[in-house]
Amino acid sequence: MSVDTERTVVVTVNGVPREATVPVRRLLSDALRHDLGLTGTHVGCEHGVCGACTVLVDGAPVRSCLMLAVQADGHAVTTVEGLARDDGRGGWVLHPVQEAFRECHALQCGFCTPGFLTTIAAGLHARDSSAEITDEEVDELVGGNLCRCTGYANIKKAVKHAAAAMAEDAR
Amino acid sequence: MKPAPFRYADPGTLDEALAVLSGEGEGAKVLAGGQSLLPLLSMRLAAPTTLVDINRLPGLDTVEATGDGVRVGALVRHAFLLHDDAAARVQPLLARATANVAHAAIRNRGTTVGSIAHADPSGEMTAVLAVTDGSVSVATPSGTSDVSWRDLFVGPLETSLHGPAVVTSAFFPAPPSRSGTAFAEVARRKGDYAVCGAAVVVTVDENRRVTAVRAAYLSVGLVPEVHDLTDAVVGKPVDSADWAAAGALARTLVDPDGDLHASADYRRLLVGALTERTLIAAAAEAAGRSL
Amino acid sequence: MTTKLFGEPVRRREDARLIVGQGRYLDDIGSAALAAAFVRSPHAHARIVGIDADAALDVEGLVAIYAYEDLTGPMAEPLPVLIPHPQLTSPRTGYPLANGEVNHVGEAVVMVVATDRYIAEDACDRIVVTYEELPVVVGVDAAREAEAAVHEEIPDNVAAVHHQETGDVEAALAAAPRTLSFTQYIERSGSIPMEGRGVHARWDADDASLRVYSSTQASTSVRAAIAAKLELSVDRVEVIAPDVGGGFGMKIVHPWPEELLVPMAAIALGQEVKWSEDRREHFISSAHERQQRQEITVGYDDDGRITALDVHVWHDNGAYTPYGIIVPIVTATQLIGPYVIPAYRVKVESVYTNTVIVTPYRGAGRPQGCYAMERTLDRIADALGMDRALVRERNLIQPDQFPYDQHLTFQDGRPVIYDSGDYPGLMAKLKALVGWDDAASLRSAAEARGKLLGIGMAMYVEGTGPGPYEGGHVQVLGSGKVLVSTGLTSQGQGHETVFAQIVASELGVPIEDVEVHTGDTRRFGYAVGTFASRAAVMSGNAVALAARGVREKALRIAADVLEADPGDLEIDDGLVQVKGTPGASIPLRTIAVLSNPLRYAFDEAAKQATQFAIPGSDDKPPVAVGDAPGLEHRDYYSPIRSTFASGAHAAVVEIDPATWEIDVVTYAVVHDCGNVVNPMIVEGQVHGGVAQGVGGALYERMAYDADGQLQNASFMDFLMPFASEVPDVVIDHQQTPSPLNPLGIKGAGEAGVIPGTAAIASAIEDATGRRIASMPIAPSQLYDLMRDENAERTMASAARTTGARA
Repeated sequence: MSVDTERTVVVTVNGVPREATVPVRRLLSDALRHDLGLTGTHVGCEHGVCGACTVLVDGAPVRSCLMLAVQADGHAVTTVEGLARDDGRGGWVLHPVQEAFRECHALQCGFCTPGFLTTIAAGLHARDSSAEITDEEVDELVGGNLCRCTGYANIKKAVKHAAAAMAEDAR
Repeated sequence: MKPAPFRYADPGTLDEALAVLSGEGEGAKVLAGGQSLLPLLSMRLAAPTTLVDINRLPGLDTVEATGDGVRVGALVRHAFLLHDDAAARVQPLLARATANVAHAAIRNRGTTVGSIAHADPSGEMTAVLAVTDGSVSVATPSGTSDVSWRDLFVGPLETSLHGPAVVTSAFFPAPPSRSGTAFAEVARRKGDYAVCGAAVVVTVDENRRVTAVRAAYLSVGLVPEVHDLTDAVVGKPVDSADWAAAGALARTLVDPDGDLHASADYRRLLVGALTERTLIAAAAEAAGRSL
Repeated sequence: MTTKLFGEPVRRREDARLIVGQGRYLDDIGSAALAAAFVRSPHAHARIVGIDADAALDVEGLVAIYAYEDLTGPMAEPLPVLIPHPQLTSPRTGYPLANGEVNHVGEAVVMVVATDRYIAEDACDRIVVTYEELPVVVGVDAAREAEAAVHEEIPDNVAAVHHQETGDVEAALAAAPRTLSFTQYIERSGSIPMEGRGVHARWDADDASLRVYSSTQASTSVRAAIAAKLELSVDRVEVIAPDVGGGFGMKIVHPWPEELLVPMAAIALGQEVKWSEDRREHFISSAHERQQRQEITVGYDDDGRITALDVHVWHDNGAYTPYGIIVPIVTATQLIGPYVIPAYRVKVESVYTNTVIVTPYRGAGRPQGCYAMERTLDRIADALGMDRALVRERNLIQPDQFPYDQHLTFQDGRPVIYDSGDYPGLMAKLKALVGWDDAASLRSAAEARGKLLGIGMAMYVEGTGPGPYEGGHVQVLGSGKVLVSTGLTSQGQGHETVFAQIVASELGVPIEDVEVHTGDTRRFGYAVGTFASRAAVMSGNAVALAARGVREKALRIAADVLEADPGDLEIDDGLVQVKGTPGASIPLRTIAVLSNPLRYAFDEAAKQATQFAIPGSDDKPPVAVGDAPGLEHRDYYSPIRSTFASGAHAAVVEIDPATWEIDVVTYAVVHDCGNVVNPMIVEGQVHGGVAQGVGGALYERMAYDADGQLQNASFMDFLMPFASEVPDVVIDHQQTPSPLNPLGIKGAGEAGVIPGTAAIASAIEDATGRRIASMPIAPSQLYDLMRDENAERTMASAARTTGARA
């Protein structure tokens, strides 16, 4: 059994296998930002409370500051950069929650935004989109991330907006 | 806020894990969900020489619910347990308490057994283990043994486990028949560590009279505390027992400390209030089950 | 006509990059940079006896270590006192790295530069600093008692005594039919933006120039500070505020030690160096605000009219005073709010403590002033058995009294003269919005559910948009693109959108053609900064004036081409046309081309401006005397004084008497910031401010122990509200345009936070019948108050049959 101080890991990031050699203590958040250049994932506290660094690991939201990069080896990670999809014509189609954030003014400084977007996107995909979203569901989806600018009102509004758009798409 | 250097291994078998733990000595630490450990590493409040990541160990990611109780493997995430219907049917406290563990993103990664092994007296699952009279299964190089919650928790963030050991599962016994359970906590912000919390079990006899009342508290003592509150209401009809009296009794049995978020007296108040609140809910459930 | 953009909820233009992870925040810049980390003082007050870095030297990846002894020239001198004031008689500032003494936990002692932040922290861990501990002063009361001194040569700990008065208060109090005296406290919170501070510096040795990125609210002034401290000519230094992850006041302070040390190291090492503040550093080494002790005496008559107000404040300014006494002045001058105070005297003693420095945090002294005034009005109402709204109504300045001179001197050195407003209008709207007159039935309904309900209100006036000036530059390119720049910075307020709206409206171009740049000294070198709710007022008007200048020049050129009178021309959708004459038009982009006479052509458009294409007069130079090539204009807005926004908030709280948990169930806001450029953005500012107000009232408190250790320096224990803690906010608007500026606007950035503490304290008092004289308040403290036999009970609660009985 090898006991290492450095490892080469292969992580499928936003659908693309990426390889990096990292010290074993490197946080996943730092590896994404500094080894892979995906600076959309933001670091707000490095102790797991604020949620700015939230990414999806195998589809589920996790704090990337509370995971070592080596622990992501062999897993799939989705960052905010991976939420929009390629429209096949050289452009991008925003995820409904991205559209909703712009439409509802759900961001001001934008620093916490990537963590909200990944968390909410995963949450909306995990639910039955044909059912109207409840206030309790909205509260649960936005309740684990800190924002210092918006007072959350427009973020909650954006979740409903995105849920409605996804319901429309599903119809 | 970056972790100090450490060495890392992610063994593929339990034997390998124990071998690495043995080889690396006292400074080695088991890493499971990491949701409590990683902040301590980043703040450099903990600096293990080696992390032994058990996430690749096979067979530890299952929840087994039987008539006797629920066994939760060491790699079962809070989120998984929260949504395990069979587990919730056998021991309803599991889902009730887990819903109060931090926020969803933490529950997706953090493990139930890890939070027990972390031995935080403000942890929800330590209290549930205690009130259900549960135990953990511990693997060491010399074999596997069960350790009762009473013998496990020694102090804040301190267990009786020393030397190479991996907690492979936790076992939460099913509640007695004709019983009800409830969980409640008060936190400053939703999802924070509780200022105070209570997990209770109320048991009644065939005549729907109270025979046993058991309550565990979080954030009240140095280790999870279980108190027997039966005396306050024993023999009383479950529908009309004086649950406030049980709350008052609980207040006399605890000896909490104060901290930044709550004075000792306020915690004592909450012990009373949460005891009464949870007992009313648990009694209603027990009454329903004894029909 | 071009779609009217001023006043419309135009969707934000900055969002396009921010929602896809393409923002550029400080730590996103310079991926190859070396990393800086700091050894910071673990003691609140100590002498540095020795620094032993030997053990750090063999850390692989270590590049450099700096201590005070390594600083030379101006860097070895104290940091500047940014805003000197005659009443700031004993200013003190720290050094970039501690010079022999530390005065708060977190003060920088040693800077380490290494190949990455992990390694830099490893080296920091190995550096041994030996301290001799000194007595510690924590809190205003300890500072006031002065058993120990923060700075040895200031034994009373008093940095400044700020004093203003508007009449003979002693005589007025003596003559007052009734008086009240009381003391109350408000605690420390902080801006706590989601992105901490950060600095990146790159020295170009070939060009002998320095480029610095800083997460700042004042890039032009950071530039000047760096040039002065590092002895560089200012033209060799550029400072850019990239996307900034929130500021809320804290990032207006400059130069932070790190803003000087990182460039210093970059020059010395010839390599890029970056420092990204971590969350713990942010708590213990940036800035806090709010703590005051307030002693208040008020004289009033039987109708509740105030005749005299005497306020004595002790203000905790922390260990140093780099930002002068701005917060004390703002408290002193904004305290009296929308009220007629015939005789007012205020004295603020600003005192040193061994804690993090105190500098403006959104509201900047106003929440404290509002708390003092509004709680005074609540006490008058209680003593007289009157409705709290009625007492306020009786004291309000009336709409026909504007401009209203409060005879005070504001933070900008200018008189406090309220330019416009309708305070009774605010009150009427608020009462309707929150259902003020239905409180009794709400209270009964809550009691039936086992809850105690209370309602409270607070009003404020906020001086916004102080000078001295801001500038704007507008340039139309030959492509039709309109470049707008202003020197002040953005931290999420949507300036790229708001300024584009203003310029598009003024110039008559589609907003899609407008591109706004802020906070970049390469684009605009003259600016003051983003603070005091001033960006929309100051830069908004400056870019409007600049756009008007461009418009005037465009019409002049177009008039020549179209052989028309400029007065007969209009610009719509980027096209200059003769009013009422279809077809007689010329695109603005063509005018931009023509405005710059060319010798060389490099595309089709440029050909139109070359020397053989333009028929010119042989008697006139191609560029007329007094004219300049290019379709651009630079202008400045410098107001005579601040413009005064206003508002009124109300909160309804429900309290669980079993656990004393406090739930804000309704929060109502009536808001007046004059003409509104973008109502969506203004409403967003209100929402965010209210969340910080609720946080400051119920959750956030910098908890220092007696040794000066900040016990809750993390997001686990410093309780910034999650969504679950922020109430839904209902908002109503009123608009009284400012007569002072061309656009008639007033600032909106800070308003939302100002009345939160006052309104919520009032509501809790109403619910519990116990006098609330210390904020913020947590359930544990409320429980202590409820079971304290000696706790003061309100008169209103004694008269009521419902409510708290604990």
